Amino acid sequence: MSIWVNKDTLVIVQGITGSTASFHTKEMLDYGTKIVGGVTPGKGGTKVQGLPVFNTVKEAVEETNASVSVIYVPAPWAADAIIEAVDAELDMVVCITEHIPVQDMIKVKRYMEGKKTRLIGPNCPGVVIPEECKIGIMPGYIHKKGHVGIVSRSGTLTYEAVYQLSQKGIGQSAAVGIGGDPINGTNFIDVLKAFNEDKDTNAVIMIGEIGGTAEEEAALWIKENMSKPVVGFIAGATAPKGKRMGHAGAIISGGKGTADEKIKMMKKCGIEVADTCATIGDTLVEVLKQKEMLNYCL
Amino acid sequence: MNIHEYQAKEILSEYGIQVPKGQVIFTPEEAFKVAWRIESDVAVVKAQIHAGGRGKAGGVKIAKSIDDVMLYANELLGKKLVTHQTGPEGKEVTRLLIEEGCDIKKEYYIGLTLDRSTSRIVLIASEEGGTEIENVAKEMPEKIYKEIIDPVVGLTPFQARRIGFNVNISKELMQQFVELLLNLYRCFVEKDCTIAEINPLVVTEDGKVMALDAKMNFDSNGLYRNKDILDYRDLEEEDEKEIEASKYDLSYVSLDGNIGCLVNGAGLAMSTMDIIKYYGGEPANFLDVGGGATEENVKAAFKIILSDKRVNGIFVNIFGGIIKCDVIANGIVEACKDIKVKVPIVVRLEGTNVDEGIEILNNSGLNIVTASSMGEGAKKTVELVK
Repeated sequence: MSIWVNKDTLVIVQGITGSTASFHTKEMLDYGTKIVGGVTPGKGGTKVQGLPVFNTVKEAVEETNASVSVIYVPAPWAADAIIEAVDAELDMVVCITEHIPVQDMIKVKRYMEGKKTRLIGPNCPGVVIPEECKIGIMPGYIHKKGHVGIVSRSGTLTYEAVYQLSQKGIGQSAAVGIGGDPINGTNFIDVLKAFNEDKDTNAVIMIGEIGGTAEEEAALWIKENMSKPVVGFIAGATAPKGKRMGHAGAIISGGKGTADEKIKMMKKCGIEVADTCATIGDTLVEVLKQKEMLNYCL
Repeated sequence: MNIHEYQAKEILSEYGIQVPKGQVIFTPEEAFKVAWRIESDVAVVKAQIHAGGRGKAGGVKIAKSIDDVMLYANELLGKKLVTHQTGPEGKEVTRLLIEEGCDIKKEYYIGLTLDRSTSRIVLIASEEGGTEIENVAKEMPEKIYKEIIDPVVGLTPFQARRIGFNVNISKELMQQFVELLLNLYRCFVEKDCTIAEINPLVVTEDGKVMALDAKMNFDSNGLYRNKDILDYRDLEEEDEKEIEASKYDLSYVSLDGNIGCLVNGAGLAMSTMDIIKYYGGEPANFLDVGGGATEENVKAAFKIILSDKRVNGIFVNIFGGIIKCDVIANGIVEACKDIKVKVPIVVRLEGTNVDEGIEILNNSGLNIVTASSMGEGAKKTVELVK
């Protein structure tokens, strides 16, 4: 069992003819992901990495039976690409694109209300189920199959955590990057719920960053509902106020969204928080040892 | 992206929102010309900097005569204004807004911004205008009214009216008030604002509803479709290195320390700053080269870091996903060919094409210290700059 996707999931790539998309299509195929086609308006009938390219998502879905799409479409057209995937009634759409205007995402979120599609991202690395499938841009080789679930607002920090675990012989059940924008599809709590219900997941790592209050809300949810140990980390403890730190959502404004507040709330809710991002793996090992659970995660 | 008050007022005027008659000036001579044309009893001289708290810092003056205007213009132009938002170094005043005064009957707060928890725009209003809304929110939360806006229909007249009744706008002025809010919302959406704040919004003795001060902030991701907003950019308000970085799509923020950082990904870049501090060092910058970085961009990033004279060590921390380690390595090698690097460089590479990247660095003949993990790299860098 795994969350949302697995080795049999059929995936299409929106914006497949772009150079980044084409490179990562090959990487995903090499990892074992069942990529079955792509979409680029106007390029229908051509091929990329030996896969058929379609003009519309609807056509691609009819021809390939895909249930998931991954989007590499440039920012000005990315919101429309998400809406097209939702309109085609896909189960899940993973949006890698960064720099989508907030106003566009407000409309996307509203459009998605009541629809069946799950959106991961935007501005995220995607989802990986180790040794089954990778839908996104993360380097495949760092992952190892296992029982720790990872959810993160930051792409590279997800890799960092995954790599630390793999080096310690601790595998992952899934790694989900939810993205660094102020508006995203799937949030921390959605992923935590899935991990809580997933029989393959025995412990969870949650990586947040400054800005907003998503980590605080997730911490409260964990306290009330989570039956598995959670270890956390928050990036940006030394970030100055009022300065946007790269991600559109990473800013301390109006005295809200500081790392201190988040860490305090997480600790209050029983989450062990790593001091630095280099000790996320060590912190998890400590917690698992205390709970005599380490053997269940190796 | 930030703009000045006078620029925000220009935009508001375009959207039919009333603002006091005024003119921006850059020199005392211009101030003199403008002062002669003032028709009201008093004029307001306002320092134009990208920071709040100007009033308390002495950046806003009431002038009762032309002599007064000149006195204040001479005093403020060229002055470093220190407010609670500028930091101790302050900001130099190079432009002033000279406005006609008005008889204020009552002050309100009006603001539009993104509500992250609902993923919608929220209209915030209060009768406690003029003061900082954060303080009102903390001390008198019952005095703050909010309307969450559905993007399908936009801000509706009934919501604007409800806000009007809540903040006790008189029946006579309600229509004016409602129109102002609807116009402000239209402006917010069309111009890709992230903040549009009128504080204070005033009702005058002669029955006008007017924006006495305005603050606007724009989504940098929306600027490609709002080229007119780009013309408002004031480069003097920005750090030189940040301007240079933005030309290469690098996300760079200047900090106070001496360890330069070159990282991919915002989260990892923040964590790199954090871990340098944890080991007793001080980061000189936040720098995320982004997912689309080319050799050219990496080279530029390296040069920007080295242009900061305080930097006496560099930590390159890369975990390649969408970005490839060999691209980063080539960028570093190319940059070092152009500039003689005298400070120690510690490089940690992991992720996509890591082997190719390390090989490039090893064959470069450059004096580079490699690290196999982020913790080790941070520790080594801090030791080397001590």
